[in-house]
Amino acid sequence: MNMSQYLFAGVAFLMAFLIVMLAGRLLSGPTTPDRLVVLDTINTLVSGIMLLLSAVYDSVVMVDIAIVYMALSFVSTLYFARHLEGGM
Amino acid sequence: MFVFVVSFCTYLLLSWSGKLSVQEVTIAFSLAAVISFVTSSSSRSGFWSMRGLSPFRWWNFVRYVFGPFAVGLAQANLDVAKRLITGDINPGIVKFNPRLKTDMGRMMLANSITLTPGTLTVDIDDDGVFYIHVLSLRSENPSEEDICGPFGQWARRILE
Amino acid sequence: MVLGIFVGLLLLVGLVFNCLGVASMYRFPDVYTRMHGATKCTTFGTLFTIFGLLLYSFVRFIAVEGESRFMVLFIHVFIAGVVLMISNPTGAHALARAAHRSKTLPEPALVDVLEEKERHKGGIAA
Repeated sequence: MNMSQYLFAGVAFLMAFLIVMLAGRLLSGPTTPDRLVVLDTINTLVSGIMLLLSAVYDSVVMVDIAIVYMALSFVSTLYFARHLEGGM
Repeated sequence: MFVFVVSFCTYLLLSWSGKLSVQEVTIAFSLAAVISFVTSSSSRSGFWSMRGLSPFRWWNFVRYVFGPFAVGLAQANLDVAKRLITGDINPGIVKFNPRLKTDMGRMMLANSITLTPGTLTVDIDDDGVFYIHVLSLRSENPSEEDICGPFGQWARRILE
Repeated sequence: MVLGIFVGLLLLVGLVFNCLGVASMYRFPDVYTRMHGATKCTTFGTLFTIFGLLLYSFVRFIAVEGESRFMVLFIHVFIAGVVLMISNPTGAHALARAAHRSKTLPEPALVDVLEEKERHKGGIAA
């Protein structure tokens, strides 16, 4: 590993720590939309971590998984939003 | 035709690994054909319409993304950071009508508004009226310039 | 070494904006204002980590001659950035609309034109 890869690994660890920090709002969000916003934020951070780890482990496949994860989390956000509106 | 070209290029970019084989191009072609036939029923212009492929539109789009949009995105984040520290917010939901006719133009303007200073699109009704949550409201009836700056004109220029 | 410094700067900016996004979840009073912080800051922060990755893979591709692995990484990360820029604000817009329709109104609000319109429509129907 070279220096940039150590940097990627460290930043990925710190972003995972940020996800843990979000747990407070996830547990105490006064309304359901609050929790959904937290879920959306967590999805973005997780896909960022996947992108960083793909550079750490030198595997391009992880980027593909990150793209698919982004698309699926987008669909799940839309589904939850429709469910909240009372459409489904 | 727009959907066809975009999905064809995306598949080739994702499957390219140093060299290009005939099988990949064949698979990309058939997949893009299937996707564009399935989505052509929901688009207003027909399947063979070349409107989305004009190079002037794409050149304008690239200029827009790297010019005013990038500046707005950076400003938006510094603005949110400032309000996070000082805590002076003055929120409210206002409406304005950008007079856009196509769905694509509405989507682009809504995304631009969401990512730029102090504004977030909440709802768009059937007539194309935008309902926008503003973080720091100055007046109850803001002009188009207050809400989205030059983005409305750019969206009209690129996608109408 | 020089590459490491530049990549580190980009990643630092991204991390700072991600932290701002998380802090806005605790600092702002209601759903809509929180959504401002969450959407803008996390999109911008993740975009900067993507810029760091793009710089890293491009320089490695130039440095290691004849190795297309890093060019593939570059293209895939670029597509991931485009997907992020499209899907994130659209998802936030869907959530905001759903929150407003499920009667979670903005708590400190000067005006709420949308709520007035819905109440007016309900009045006519009733």
